[in-house]
Amino acid sequence: MAVDTLEILNILARDARTTAETIAQMVGCSVSEVTEIIKHCEDSGIIKRYMTVVDWEKAGVERVIAFIDVNVRPARDVGFDAIALRIARYPQVQSVWLVSGGSDLRLAVEAPNLRELANFVAEKIATIDGVTGTVTHFLLRRYKEEQVLFVDTDTDNRLIVAP
Amino acid sequence: MVQQRSGEKSNNEAAGESEARLKSLSHSAATIPFSGIRRFFDIASKMEDVVSLGVGEPDFATPWSVRESAIYSLERGQTTYTSNLGLPELRREISKHLERLYKVSYDPEKEVLVTVGVSEGLDLAARAILDPGDEVLIPEPCYVSYKPCVSLAGGIPVSVPTYAEKKFLLDKNDLASRTTSKTKAILIGYPSNPTGAVMPKDKLEDLVSFACERGLYIISDEIYDRLVYEGEHTCVASLPGAYERTITLNGFSKSYAMTGWRIGYACAAPSIITLMMKIHSYTMLCAPITGQKAAIEALRHGDSAVADMVEQYNQRRRLIVDQLNAIGLKCHMPEGAFYAFPNITSTGLSSEEFAEQLLMKERVAVAPGTAFGAGGEGHVRCSYATGIERIEEALRRMGRFVESLRE
Repeated sequence: MAVDTLEILNILARDARTTAETIAQMVGCSVSEVTEIIKHCEDSGIIKRYMTVVDWEKAGVERVIAFIDVNVRPARDVGFDAIALRIARYPQVQSVWLVSGGSDLRLAVEAPNLRELANFVAEKIATIDGVTGTVTHFLLRRYKEEQVLFVDTDTDNRLIVAP
Repeated sequence: MVQQRSGEKSNNEAAGESEARLKSLSHSAATIPFSGIRRFFDIASKMEDVVSLGVGEPDFATPWSVRESAIYSLERGQTTYTSNLGLPELRREISKHLERLYKVSYDPEKEVLVTVGVSEGLDLAARAILDPGDEVLIPEPCYVSYKPCVSLAGGIPVSVPTYAEKKFLLDKNDLASRTTSKTKAILIGYPSNPTGAVMPKDKLEDLVSFACERGLYIISDEIYDRLVYEGEHTCVASLPGAYERTITLNGFSKSYAMTGWRIGYACAAPSIITLMMKIHSYTMLCAPITGQKAAIEALRHGDSAVADMVEQYNQRRRLIVDQLNAIGLKCHMPEGAFYAFPNITSTGLSSEEFAEQLLMKERVAVAPGTAFGAGGEGHVRCSYATGIERIEEALRRMGRFVESLRE
């Protein structure tokens, strides 16, 4: 059971659109078993969400993304959690991580343009009580995200029939 | 040309008379048949929108760390010949690898030869063992080059049939009935291309004792050794009595998705490797150095990439076998390699007809079973070294094709 679950998660992580029927054949169990396992993973939060990796630039959408290193004065009892979650609740914030090294939190923040992003950092992040400093790195170009290379790759050029 | 340049007809005629007829090309080369796969390749490569289940190589690119190490080697200017046997570092890694996986120990100094793919290893093995007229027992269906390689070395290939009902496993009794005083060796390839069969240990033990009783060599092509999904691969040379008579052939093409690099290896007792190396030193000199460097990296850090590919092949294997059976083509579950070998006799067509009509009507390429010997009649080989979506598309088309035959 445990092995099946991991294998199913791997298949879905590779392609979330793989149907339960196909997965059942791939792992060698029944469709209802697959459906049950997926439902269990969804209900218990093992599967957070199904999403699509989009090359927004190619789609003609202008978006600004920045990685922001935040220094934080940890609070008694709650450490970094209280501030991290305050920041995380903003919809502009895509990701929040607690990291080792020179800063404490690392954020990925998204906005429609540079000005809005700068305003968001200045007004919403820097002003939080306990935030002692921020460093903003703008994303210039994506090369790889979620295991997907953002360059055109070769098509299958193997011989059509080979021994 | 002569006529145009000189303008004198008589000169030309004189030259024609004094010139003897060009002698004929090698009879032994000319009489070897073309591979049965070639014809389908010629047709399919001119068509568009073909979904191919006919490819005998991985759809994965070589793992990046392996490719990167080859680039690094080129940057360093490592572009020379290597020793005939191959880079000592690579031979040590091969030796350690076989020891770790199969508890078989080969001395990297004397018992390991790096070859240009298993194809060269096979050719060298046949030439090192055979004298003209020597017979080699070869279970069929088998890889397309086994019989030609034996013939080119002056030997006589003797087919030993294997049967779908017995999961295409080689039976000792079938060997015995075809053994003569001329029999010199048994040439096997398990996991099998095209059947996907994996010989269990006890069957291989039978085979080794059979060879021991008659003083025969065993050439064992184990190129698909890592692609085993049920049970375990047994390295023939690890069995009692096998070492001195066995040539283990293996390589990087299938396990590490490195077909184009052309790197394989042969392992055997020093007396055999010495002869193989001698031929290799005159015909090939050495395997390409960049590929050898890449192979070192594959052996050192390739395990997780292999595991990942094996998991995906295994999923495709279950999927394709399920779907083949669902459309009415009876298919046993192959235990290794990346081929399904369904029975197509229910369609009333021969393998050749099935493969050709399927290609023409639905643009799906498969290899006819007969390309792998007469024993493959009634079957086609479907490679699942291709993505899930492609497999599902191919099976939809095949389902439609099979259905149309029933009408």
